[in-house]
Amino acid sequence: MAVHNIFRVKALFKNLFLALVLPLLIIILWQIASDRGLIKPSIFASPETITVSFDQMVEKGSYFKHVTASLGRVIYGYIIGSMLGLVLGSLAVLFKTFGKMVDPLIGILRPIPAIACIPFFILWLGIGEASKIGVIVIGAFWPVLLNTMQGIRSADPKLLELAKAFGKTRKIMLCKIILPSAVPAIFTGLRLGISGAWTCVVAAEMIAASAGVGYLISYGRELAQPGTLFVGIISIAIIGLIIDILVIKIQKKTLYWVDQED
Amino acid sequence: MAINVKNVQKFFIINGRKIEVLHDINFSIGDGQIISIVGTSGCGKSTLLKVIAGLEQSTSGSVELNGKKIDHPSEKDIGVIFQEPRLLPWSSVEKNIEFGISQTLSKSEKKKIIREHVDLVGLTGFEKALPKQLSGGMQQRVSIARSLINRPNTLLLDEPFGALDAFTKINMQKEVLHIWEKEKTTLILVTHDIDEAIFMGDKIVVLSAKPGTVKKVISVELPRPRDRTSDDFARVRRLVYEQFFPKEELAVEYNI
Repeated sequence: MAVHNIFRVKALFKNLFLALVLPLLIIILWQIASDRGLIKPSIFASPETITVSFDQMVEKGSYFKHVTASLGRVIYGYIIGSMLGLVLGSLAVLFKTFGKMVDPLIGILRPIPAIACIPFFILWLGIGEASKIGVIVIGAFWPVLLNTMQGIRSADPKLLELAKAFGKTRKIMLCKIILPSAVPAIFTGLRLGISGAWTCVVAAEMIAASAGVGYLISYGRELAQPGTLFVGIISIAIIGLIIDILVIKIQKKTLYWVDQED
Repeated sequence: MAINVKNVQKFFIINGRKIEVLHDINFSIGDGQIISIVGTSGCGKSTLLKVIAGLEQSTSGSVELNGKKIDHPSEKDIGVIFQEPRLLPWSSVEKNIEFGISQTLSKSEKKKIIREHVDLVGLTGFEKALPKQLSGGMQQRVSIARSLINRPNTLLLDEPFGALDAFTKINMQKEVLHIWEKEKTTLILVTHDIDEAIFMGDKIVVLSAKPGTVKKVISVELPRPRDRTSDDFARVRRLVYEQFFPKEELAVEYNI
């Protein structure tokens, strides 16, 4: 076992190293190009400037205010949006009549990007929290809804026939076959939903907000502070990555029966 | 349990065209007998089995179990073992076998019969394993245990060993015969393997294709356990082969 663990730790370090090589290289080249005056510091803040801006924001405490503001909205909107998607998606497949009623509606509404609804939400709900959360709800809703529907439809007909041969009731079929079959697709939906929610919060905050990562970016542009602007952009990337890693970890635990890549 | 298949006819509608899959099928199975149904692929043998299981309705004619018409699946009377194991991939061996239980039992009773059936199919130690961790043969044994756990009076087997390697297949055939001797279950075995049909069956129903009709019913009067290498076995084999291949063809093969 011990030997096995040593190999695993070694492999982990090797993978970490390989993953970091290119980002580090880009940062170094970026810094050199800034120092040599090859790129305009008033637009492309150098890594050094970005770090300084970041330090200042952390010191003032404003950085965490912005991040928690965005995260709070995402969590709020994501929970509402994904729950709605999950429930409506299940009902639309399990109850054929209901499904036939909502199918055309889904077809019409789905192509509208959540971001296109931001002005309408501001008009309707004002520039407070409600309008931002409304947009996130929509951003999370669609991927969860569509993947839930697809997942519930994907139950293996051979397993359903098996349940029939064993004289199982519809309720048992639902709990033991249809819902577990849908879990992998639902997870795909939840994963797309969280990234949709994260995109929406940034967009909504850029248009109307007084705090949040999106606000940070548009504030940086308005005051011509490229350092602040880049802190915002990089934060989006890193928080998005952390969320995705967390979701994948949960997915691996939940989908224990599916063969997954490491 | 005696089963009577009477004038069973079945049509499928494919691309708007009516296609006859089964034509006037008649045969009967006595209590505790083993019937092998053989035929080329696409002759409707699996459809026939599904009609007997109550999973499909015949267009006309009927299947009777002790004089009572079968028109829906009845897990207490008839168990089905499919061509594929059809295990729930998210459930352990134990849970998959438990899925077969249709009576209401207490937790400890359930536990007891599940353990008995795990032992019966030789999977002791694999109770907690997931289907993906088992070989094809082991998976099929789980599915057999799942069907046996209800102690159905009749067991329908739809090419249950088709996907197994030759050695596992022979062992599984012996295991099923073993269970049959113990439980005196009526067995209906659909297969395209002529040796298997003779090794297992008291009677062989030969189906011809397009539409599926009973071409011949051959009684196998060999003592059990049967010896695949015996002359008597070869004689029956020849009889069955003749139903599928013209005599000249066979003669050439045997002369070589």
